[in-house]
Amino acid sequence: MDFSAMGANIVKLWTNYWHIYILEGVAVTLKLTFIAVVLGALLGVVVAILKMSKSKIVRFLITVYIEVIRGTPLLLQLYLFYFVLPEILPMFGFDTFTWTAIALCINSSAYVSEIFRSGIQSVDKGQTEAARSLGLSGSQTMMKIVMPQAIKNILPALGNEFIMMLKETSLASTFFIGDLMTAHLKVKGATYLMLESLIITGIIYLAMTYPLSKLVEAFERKMKNAD
Amino acid sequence: MQTNIEMIKTVDLHKSFGKLHVLQGVNETVKKGEVVTVIGPSGGGKSTFLRCLNLLEVPEKGQIIFDGVDITQKGVNIDQHRQKMGMVFQNFNVFPHLDVCKNITLTPVLTKKKTQAEAEEMAKELLNRVGLIDKLHEMPNKLSGGQKQRLAIVRALAMEPEVMLFDEPTSALDPEMVGEVLDVIKGLVSTGMTSVIVTHEMRFAREVSDRVLFMAEGNVMESGKPEDMFGNPQTPRFKEFLSKVL
Repeated sequence: MDFSAMGANIVKLWTNYWHIYILEGVAVTLKLTFIAVVLGALLGVVVAILKMSKSKIVRFLITVYIEVIRGTPLLLQLYLFYFVLPEILPMFGFDTFTWTAIALCINSSAYVSEIFRSGIQSVDKGQTEAARSLGLSGSQTMMKIVMPQAIKNILPALGNEFIMMLKETSLASTFFIGDLMTAHLKVKGATYLMLESLIITGIIYLAMTYPLSKLVEAFERKMKNAD
Repeated sequence: MQTNIEMIKTVDLHKSFGKLHVLQGVNETVKKGEVVTVIGPSGGGKSTFLRCLNLLEVPEKGQIIFDGVDITQKGVNIDQHRQKMGMVFQNFNVFPHLDVCKNITLTPVLTKKKTQAEAEEMAKELLNRVGLIDKLHEMPNKLSGGQKQRLAIVRALAMEPEVMLFDEPTSALDPEMVGEVLDVIKGLVSTGMTSVIVTHEMRFAREVSDRVLFMAEGNVMESGKPEDMFGNPQTPRFKEFLSKVL
């Protein structure tokens, strides 16, 4: 293999197509990840609270929801949302980006809900008892006493979920959704320089995930020192 | 200080944990202004009895009448009644994510009893009383065990309760910190605060109580004035207990 030619090709690809990687690819990847994790987290909190419901039926349904989503491949879920749901539910009139985002949200919610549940359960029971004994309601106790402590405990896990999701969005390139992996497919298609484009794409993913994981690590260290 | 008004009354209180029948039909009355200490062996039902009084444990049978209302009935707003019953726990349970001031003011403000300014005023006054005013803006992890427990007492008092429940308030403390917490409780009961105190500190029980309950095997075996109880115990079970702890 001619490494000097490869180096020159990489420089050429970057010079000619950087805007496709960054302005299109990275922008869409970050947008998808952000939507999936933020909305997924909100949905995840609801799922986590329902999982601790007093009703057996609710608990059962939520368990099925979580197990099905965590036990099947994300790619399968994306196919379902991309090909099947728009047929069954045409009245929503969502575009493909929206369906993909919804699929990622729901996938993320199952993982985030388990993170939240473990976070909520990691807060000492005495905290709830103290708050309730003072006369706070169940929801006031959850919002003001349990959640603030739980969130501190689970921020690193949430950060890791964000990093995971950032990589998983690449599966959406199956449908040419416009994310960073789609950008790679486009450039490869135009230039036939597969390996060079893959290297550039990989470096860009790393440039996003590595600082993020360092940030999570630093936060974990800070938390340990605070205790 | 003690009156004839019935503050808390339990009628035939039963509570089980699985196969363990922890409370076996407790009938007791605490009068307004009365200081009742509950002593007895571990596993005898003292703490469970106390935790039933504000329904942290829900009894499967019996009534708890607080201030004339049966709080075990369905449809009773338990939060409102709990606001009138302060509780102090063995493990302090101060809120670690809030500073000392916020620990105290959170509930009076959330339950709309007080504005933030009024609540802070009261927090300062109470902290002054227990010697913690210089910790107003400290986080709880900077406090010693004794200071945490004093904070927990102040936090309960900020709701201006009619009754205080103490669940072994000194059991988790280092020996040199027991005194400072007991002094605060002594000061409090001397103001006429109706109190139910579960404790292993016999000298303290003897000093502060109007009445002592000896609980064992899920019921009150013996009760009376402290001088009678400690001076002239009646039941063999209580005599045996005293011979071990005194």
